[in-house]
Amino acid sequence: MFAASKPKRSSRALNLSTIKDGYWGYLFISPWLIGLLALTLWPMLQSIYLSLTNYHLLESPHWIGLGNYQEILMEDKTFIQALKVTFTYVLFSVPLKLAFALLVAMLLFQSIRGMSMFRAIFYLPSLIGGSVAIAAIWRNLFGLDGAINRVLSWFGVIPVDWINQPSTALSTLIALSIWQFGSAMVIFLAGLKQIPRDLYEAASVDGAGKVRIFFKMTLPLLTPMILFNLIMQTINSFQMFTQAFVVTKGGPIDSTLVYALYLYEKAFVFFDMGYASALAWILLLLIAALTVLLFATSRRWVHYEN
Amino acid sequence: MRGISMNEKIQLGWRYLVLALGSLLMIYPILWLAGSSVKANDAMTSMQLFPETWRWANFSDGWQAIPGFTFGHFFFNSFFIAGVSVIGTVLSSAIVAFGFARIVFPLRSFWFAILMLTLMLPTQVTLVPQYILFQSFDWIGTSLPIIVPHFLAVSPFFVFLLIQFIRGIPRDLDESAKIDGCSMVGIAFRIVLPLCVPALVTTALFCFIWTWDDFLAQMLYLTDTAKYTVPLALRLFLDNSSAVTWGAMYAMALLSIVPCFLLFAFAQRYFVEGIATTGIK
Repeated sequence: MFAASKPKRSSRALNLSTIKDGYWGYLFISPWLIGLLALTLWPMLQSIYLSLTNYHLLESPHWIGLGNYQEILMEDKTFIQALKVTFTYVLFSVPLKLAFALLVAMLLFQSIRGMSMFRAIFYLPSLIGGSVAIAAIWRNLFGLDGAINRVLSWFGVIPVDWINQPSTALSTLIALSIWQFGSAMVIFLAGLKQIPRDLYEAASVDGAGKVRIFFKMTLPLLTPMILFNLIMQTINSFQMFTQAFVVTKGGPIDSTLVYALYLYEKAFVFFDMGYASALAWILLLLIAALTVLLFATSRRWVHYEN
Repeated sequence: MRGISMNEKIQLGWRYLVLALGSLLMIYPILWLAGSSVKANDAMTSMQLFPETWRWANFSDGWQAIPGFTFGHFFFNSFFIAGVSVIGTVLSSAIVAFGFARIVFPLRSFWFAILMLTLMLPTQVTLVPQYILFQSFDWIGTSLPIIVPHFLAVSPFFVFLLIQFIRGIPRDLDESAKIDGCSMVGIAFRIVLPLCVPALVTTALFCFIWTWDDFLAQMLYLTDTAKYTVPLALRLFLDNSSAVTWGAMYAMALLSIVPCFLLFAFAQRYFVEGIATTGIK
């Protein structure tokens, strides 16, 4: 990476000004560099160390090697439950969210009148969706006499206690996540705008129908955006915390105990900081592996120009 | 010809219908909150979105619902933390972004790669050691663990957003300023950063809203009710709410999203552009 910037510099000026630039460069990025060292890299190293110890906040860490990892992977049933819940959550919420984002972006595209107003309305939930206020609303909307049950009762469905029933609690959180498809939608809209208009014209002159144009042209040209959204949404969904904490508190019977919530409980309710650090590293490795996997498969389905 | 345009009209009509119904579905929960905030308890389960008589007393009841403090106190805490965080993030991110975008220095691409990697780093990995670090500073119970990191450009998202924006500003401006004898600091603060105002506004807006809603950090570090922010107070209220205080609780919930809602209403453009710039490349 360093080598790549060299030719530029040699063509630039004398060594003296390069040294001066180097000095200024580091001066300018120093706030970030200090933050990186003190708040990211050093904590990460410390986290590796702590994950290899038995550490309760008030005592000093006690080295146990891979003991935490062994316990998590071999014996911890709650860990398996948290993984199951998290994977279910990610598997449903991310694709559905992206599908809605793309659908609405397609409807909004080609600047129909009132487009910016619609865009604002569809984006608003993304902005306030993480707040405690929304969690309060959700508890009621999906409650026994909430709006969801009322609408369903028109179709003869018997009221369901969505939040307090283990088989349905997670679906309320998935719905909350899908409701916030706005930022993915805005990215898709920006992508749609970049597709040259003459491509559409050429395609329709050739007699291609709308459905065909969408699947053979628009969708392939959007695949870089889909990949970006897919990766960012997957990473974020794996870390979902506030909604599960406020709406369902992980319950009933751990049916909404997402990974981040389990980790939080281990660290700050039971103060088992070593164990929580090991959980954090397993999460990091999982997310890294998934990201690499998504990138690896992307060569087959993402279309890059040139 | 006529047939086609008729067809297109029908299609457009369908599109509007779907969009209108979709929008209604999207804002229904927020409308419902607004309606419930003025409902009396006996009207809470009624089908109507808004009650016939509006009970404004919900707001004054909610305002004083937490013993010892009014919600004014919690709003002040939230505004203070979000405000100082915005100042820190805008200042530090702008300086760092200028360094990355405009100065050639050794290992620049290496550090840039690290910056991009931290964009994907789950916060859980640093959560425990950061807590231990702040505890060793004796900062637990104060707002320092939330505020100070903002001065160290700790959100890679904003640095990246500003780098992308600065890259779009023509370099001729810096070059001619350099020839005129302008120093690096002068180029940054007098030439380049003033041109970044739209991106700086986007940064400030997102930072405000994310800090306002950042529940986990506030819950971890603000342990004393006197230091509580609006989301923490709201959760306390929510968990201790019985049917009697629902209206008051919804009134405070509604107030808690008003600042973010207003910012969005008046500055929609900046939000949308911010996402589009970082999203594309």
